[in-house]
Amino acid sequence: MFRLERRPSPSKFWQVATPVLAVILTMIAGGVMFAILGKDPALAIRTIFWDPLFGEFAWYLRGQLLVKAGPLILIAIGLSLGFRAGIWNIGAEGQYIMGAIFGASVGLAAFPTESRLIFPAMIIAGAFGGWIWGMIPAILKTRFNTNEILVSLMLVYVAEKILSKAALGFLRNPDGAGFPGSRNFAQYPAASNPELIAGTGMHWGVVAAFIAVIFAYILLQKHMLGFQIKLAGQAPRAARFHGVDPNRLIVLCMGLSGALAGLAGVFEVAGPAGQISIDFNVGYGFTAIIVAFLGRLNPVGILLAALLMALTYIGGEMASTNLGLPSAAIQAFQGMLLFFLLAVDVLSNYRIRTFFASGAK
Amino acid sequence: MDFGGINPALLIASLMVAAVPILLAAIGELVVEKAGVLNLGVEGMMIMGAICGFIAAVATGNPYLGFLGGAAGGAVLSLIFAFLTQTLLANQVATGLALTLFGLGLSSLMGQGYNGIKPPLTAAVPLGPLRDIPVLGRILFSHDWMVYASIAIIAAVWWVLKYSRIGLVLRAVGENHDAAHALGYKVQRIRLAAIVFGGAMAGLGGAYISLVRVPQWTDGITAGAGWIALAIVVFASWKPWRVLVGAYLFGGITVLQLNLQVAESGIPVEYLSMSPYLITILVLVIMSSGKGRASLNAPAALGQNFHASR
Amino acid sequence: MTLEQGMLRVEGLTKAYPGVVANSDVSFAIATGEVHALLGENGAGKSTLVKMIYGLVRPDAGHILLGGKPYAPTKPGQARAAGVGMVFQHFSLFEALSVAENVALGMENPPPMRALVGRITEVSQNYGLPLDPARRVGDLSAGERQRVEIIRCLLQDPKLLIMDEPTSVLTPQEVSILFKTLRQLSSEGTAILYISHKLEEIRTLCDNATILRRGKVVATCTPRDRTAREMAELMVGAVLTPPKRSAPKQWPDAKAALEVAALAVASPIPFGTALKNVSFSVRRGEILGIAGVAGNGQDELLLALSGELKSNPEMVKSFGIPLGKQGPNERREKGFVTAPEDRLGHAAAPDMSLVENALLTGAIRKGLAKAGFIDWAASRQFAEAVIKEYDVRTPGPGVAARSLSGGNLQKFVIGRELSQAPDVIVINQPTWGVDAASAAAIRQAILNRAANGAAVVVISQDLDELLEISDRFAVLNEGRLTTPRPVEGLTIDEIGLMMGGAHGMEVAHVQA
Repeated sequence: MFRLERRPSPSKFWQVATPVLAVILTMIAGGVMFAILGKDPALAIRTIFWDPLFGEFAWYLRGQLLVKAGPLILIAIGLSLGFRAGIWNIGAEGQYIMGAIFGASVGLAAFPTESRLIFPAMIIAGAFGGWIWGMIPAILKTRFNTNEILVSLMLVYVAEKILSKAALGFLRNPDGAGFPGSRNFAQYPAASNPELIAGTGMHWGVVAAFIAVIFAYILLQKHMLGFQIKLAGQAPRAARFHGVDPNRLIVLCMGLSGALAGLAGVFEVAGPAGQISIDFNVGYGFTAIIVAFLGRLNPVGILLAALLMALTYIGGEMASTNLGLPSAAIQAFQGMLLFFLLAVDVLSNYRIRTFFASGAK
Repeated sequence: MDFGGINPALLIASLMVAAVPILLAAIGELVVEKAGVLNLGVEGMMIMGAICGFIAAVATGNPYLGFLGGAAGGAVLSLIFAFLTQTLLANQVATGLALTLFGLGLSSLMGQGYNGIKPPLTAAVPLGPLRDIPVLGRILFSHDWMVYASIAIIAAVWWVLKYSRIGLVLRAVGENHDAAHALGYKVQRIRLAAIVFGGAMAGLGGAYISLVRVPQWTDGITAGAGWIALAIVVFASWKPWRVLVGAYLFGGITVLQLNLQVAESGIPVEYLSMSPYLITILVLVIMSSGKGRASLNAPAALGQNFHASR
Repeated sequence: MTLEQGMLRVEGLTKAYPGVVANSDVSFAIATGEVHALLGENGAGKSTLVKMIYGLVRPDAGHILLGGKPYAPTKPGQARAAGVGMVFQHFSLFEALSVAENVALGMENPPPMRALVGRITEVSQNYGLPLDPARRVGDLSAGERQRVEIIRCLLQDPKLLIMDEPTSVLTPQEVSILFKTLRQLSSEGTAILYISHKLEEIRTLCDNATILRRGKVVATCTPRDRTAREMAELMVGAVLTPPKRSAPKQWPDAKAALEVAALAVASPIPFGTALKNVSFSVRRGEILGIAGVAGNGQDELLLALSGELKSNPEMVKSFGIPLGKQGPNERREKGFVTAPEDRLGHAAAPDMSLVENALLTGAIRKGLAKAGFIDWAASRQFAEAVIKEYDVRTPGPGVAARSLSGGNLQKFVIGRELSQAPDVIVINQPTWGVDAASAAAIRQAILNRAANGAAVVVISQDLDELLEISDRFAVLNEGRLTTPRPVEGLTIDEIGLMMGGAHGMEVAHVQA
């Protein structure tokens, strides 16, 4: 038997160590899962975590790392601010889609004009699209007291329907012979988001992600607003006593995370994805939730966590082609990681005391 | 008796079927929330129920064992949630989300190779001559046994919460866990039981989707039904019979928009199929605002973890 | 006293928690029908001791005899079955449930609801404790809630009744009615273990007293033969000096430092009390004491004054400036600060460091943030200054607020506000749950700040405290404030009537 005993102050050591421990535990449990699926666990783990970085195709795959990590960082940074304040935006997937649709619409409307202003206009439109989609749950919460978790999630499904309408209808490529999907931005230089340095996977979205990390770091460490966000999450009544207006914070955090998710969407559609298609969204908005927690809602932590998560995406694809590991396995693997993280998190706030139950006591 | 190609009797009969999954998941979640626990993993538990039920039914050829397997699948997944939140005191919102993400991944992993298979048929309850009553027979007496069981479960939950000792203790734990602990009730144990019940109900609802409603297995088959079930608990103001009303309302909307899609009413398919989600939001707005808002009826300790200090 | 006469006998009970010995070799005995006081400061180990008797905590060593038989409850249900009942300080009640349901939850094998309702009515009449079994507990007053707890115990014919700080929520008139009930019970043979720190009450009610300090029995006495002062010094283990007041000064200020005019706001708290037409004014150098039983609008008054709850601008004014619509930081800017009752979670963020908690209210007046950017070095200095000046015992300003003891955190919270040189300060429950030495230091600091020209409002449920430090005195009752009166010449009976006498207990008056 064991018992939890509250620490007087949260443990600094375990706050850093728990994500590492969670990753190790997930690898072990994942290995068991792969073994059950009839794969060699050591080989599978190696294929996922080692080969993309140091294996045969590492020269190409390392670049993919930033491509996958970029949107995850952008979205997770936004989510982490809300999560810290106790505001649960879990509809980033929808905000990501809307950002892509808004941004792509501006770009496609301008087709085939060549102007330097088109790409910046798309970015603004993308951020706006995500912002609007994030503001709906925010306004409904502040005005009508609705639950932002449910509303933001419902809006993901709505956004997916709009996406399929866009891909099949209003954004469909008129020259596409009736196939679903929009024009490809790769063939429209004024609106495209190309790789900036060949082979690195670096595009404007990754640049924006790094800026977001620095911005969030300064906000949380140095600025009063960051302090208020943390305060509102840890002690809501103390936050009101300090002078925080909870509604203002909700609007701010939901809007900001929506805009960042929208940015991720527009950078993706103009860059790596290239076009609006029915299956444009691949779950970055949900994986970013895991990234945010794995990074302990800390900007630098999120950066590292996003790179790790990107690795599992790439490694997962490799394992799928090389070992025939089902691609769903990697999704389960990511979910497991969040479980282990939440489980070992107890160590930062509690000591675990073991004892032997005895009737005499 | 057709209105624009839609037969009302058929509509009512099929909404009763369409409502069963969310009805079951919502009544399970209601019990969980009455105990003061917010489990946002309903979607994950439902889809686990859907795949476990499907596999069990296909393997045994028996739909009843399928439902049992579905309930077990949901319950097992909920045990993870119970362990994390009740023993390790993890954040309930984050753990619920993890449950959903994990459930979606694991179910699609387990469902490899089950695509395109037909599950064994769940037969209608033989109610004999009752079925031949015009209109009413079609609406009320032509269903499979789960439709009736789900209504019975609502009645049972209502009775237990309102009149039984166990129900009283459960509500007490959800209102004020410190006081319940001071009186000697095992808060964690009671919550664990509620969570597992909620998981089993969600799993049962999921199994109904893959075994009766669709009936086949595809990835992401629940399509947000678990989240709608969560919204229905709010809609119902934590009252069992209102869960029935809410679920039938949503069942009705789902069936109606499907019928309109088939009837080619001129409204684009995408807009019709997003209507259940939009209406869920609308209902949340109506129920959450104003003086009679549903949250006034919410269990006071909802979502708070309990740790007995000293 | 022999074993046969003893209802409860506690021998050598010891309970240690990591880092602290809550009870060390505690022994005492209570005879049948005896009212026995358990005295001690906060943290002396009283609550651990009664939790062991009630089966919530298991002792590490020692044993208990109940009615001469060994008694080792492993859960409260066993304690109740053995005839031990307990009335908790923080009621173990469920606000959304009815009185009858609450009673049923505290019983082992409750009769069917209909029969239980009959029993509740019967017992409540027998003991002069009128109560409607169908009412929702959330709608009851504090005194009525206590009746629910008492009746819950009485329904099980207890041999031993434990009362934990029962009078802190009662008016003086309600206290005397409670005492009548307790005397009636004791005459019927029920032993009562009475926990309190209100010494005059113990002198009136109790036959014997056991005094705990730092987990040990330091003395036993017969309260009637001792003065309250003597018992207090046994409790604290030191000679107590009353706070010093400097001679009143005249401050030249035409306008009132704080003027509250017809303040009326709805309560944001579930089952809270709305403020109705509250008016008072305080001048520089003056302390206004506001008394009242818990739940009569104290929390709402503090929220309305801190700026967390907004009102019409003219309802709250400081030196003639309307502040009713302003938030907490705007008020702080004007020299108007507050300290809420709840240290952990309201006045301070439990998991944040003392530096961050210093920033929490000090940012404006201490200039700890420039253009929104936080000056962490200045925040640390401010935290350190408060720690030093108000003698806060802590390893350093970097520790989390929740790691401090109640008294030390309270000194920090009050010190944080007082050292911002405020013109107006409002404090809710300045010494609640605080050890005597810290309480004395806090009261002295408040007096000093008033002597230096601040206008002070102290909201408290501790009448002795208010009478000790205030110049004028008013009572909050169901959200209304009585007209403030000078403290000099007030009698306890008058105060009791200001507090609303005995709420809804007129029936009981006649019967008891």
